[in-house]
Amino acid sequence: MAEKKQQVSRRQFLNYTLTGVGGFMAAGMLAPMVRFAIDPVLQASGSSDMKAVADMSELTNEPQRFDWTIEQVDAWYTSEVTKSAWVYLDENDEVVALSPVCKHLGCTINWAGSEDHPNQFFCPCHGGRYYKDGVNVPNTPPNAALDVYQKEVRDGKLYLGNAVAREEA
Amino acid sequence: MLQKVYDWIDDRVDITPLWRDIADHEVPEHVNPAHHFSAFVYCFGGLTFFVTVIQILSGMFLTMYYVPDIENAWRSVYYLQTEVAHGQIVRGMHHWGASVVIVMLFLHTLRVFFQGAYKKPRELNWMVGVLIFFVMLALGLTGYLLPWDNKAYFATVVTLNIAGDVPLIGEMTKTLLGGDPTIVGAQTLTRFFAIHVFFLPAALFVLMGIHFIMIRKQGISGPL
Ligand code: HEM
Ligand code: FES
Ligand code: FES
Repeated sequence: MAEKKQQVSRRQFLNYTLTGVGGFMAAGMLAPMVRFAIDPVLQASGSSDMKAVADMSELTNEPQRFDWTIEQVDAWYTSEVTKSAWVYLDENDEVVALSPVCKHLGCTINWAGSEDHPNQFFCPCHGGRYYKDGVNVPNTPPNAALDVYQKEVRDGKLYLGNAVAREEA
Repeated sequence: MLQKVYDWIDDRVDITPLWRDIADHEVPEHVNPAHHFSAFVYCFGGLTFFVTVIQILSGMFLTMYYVPDIENAWRSVYYLQTEVAHGQIVRGMHHWGASVVIVMLFLHTLRVFFQGAYKKPRELNWMVGVLIFFVMLALGLTGYLLPWDNKAYFATVVTLNIAGDVPLIGEMTKTLLGGDPTIVGAQTLTRFFAIHVFFLPAALFVLMGIHFIMIRKQGISGPL
């Protein structure tokens, strides 16, 4: 009789089949839509070309802002967008090219943007500050140093690519 | 686990009678295709609902990429169909579903008509059904403009001119629908979009709600 107890009742069988078939249909319906919706997360990000930004002769020891434009493809909308960098030559005459995007919450920083801190980068949003080399001043909101641009010097011109985060100090 | 979650909620708000009321009821023998195969005609209402659910879901997902703007509508549709994973499938579901839903609705109406199921006391539900039919046609019409290609554009020109031919209120109706007395353009597209994704679906939900509540109250009509 123990055997009989194990048997699946007609009602259970129907319940299982209906749940199975229903689940299969729902999954078949939803799978393409979910994949469609999450596509932006799975798209490989494209690398950008190096662009000529400044003549080497323009650079000094003082950070200067240089702007240039790139063609940005945003899904069905292609446009020219302006990028900027703060560029100067360090003690060894090496080019330093810093991203102007604050590492706190993304506002735009300025060199000597605050009268009280003429030798620092300053972010107006929440008063974030960075030393000349881009390292964040402790006890101001940002908790990382400014990103640095990929750079290349060719024929007396400075070429910049993407801004990349520095290695953890 | 699931059972525990269910019990926890049921303990507090007593949901069992609620869902029993919605889902747990007898299917009369004469509408069960397992007893009489010809009873498959009773499925068309449910199939209409099923395809409508597909339309609503696929439509919601399409609006993640679609923009109702004359410069970008066509390009966004082209992008979602060619560049986004499964875009062709999701747009295809909405595109073909729009036709299938009308076919199902029509077959459902035929069944109700030839079985005389619209007779007293179900006249009201027949009227609600007719309204659902109109809302569905309007959804097909307004959706057809959205891809903003040549077919969409000229179909809309013709539609608006038909509206314009109505005596007395024609010109006004045409401007109201198209957003401009002469131009079929920016304002036409935004209006059709708003009507297609907000106003008509809202009307459809209300009507379907009434339709289903009445069915539960009155039951399915008896055998022939
Ligand atoms: C029963 C309901 C519906 C019907 C019959 C219907 C019908 C249509 C039709 C015929 C098209 C043109 C498709 C093409 O030519 O490829 C369309 C496009 C569209 N519909 Fe719907 N629709 C319904 C519900 C909805 C809902 C609820 C939404 C959004 C919440 C929606 C959003 C869209 C969008 C964004 C488009 C433009 C994308 C495209 O053309 O592929 N639809 N619809
Ligand atoms: S965004 Fe720069 S300090 Fe907050
Ligand atoms: S629009 Fe030309 S014949 Fe109807």
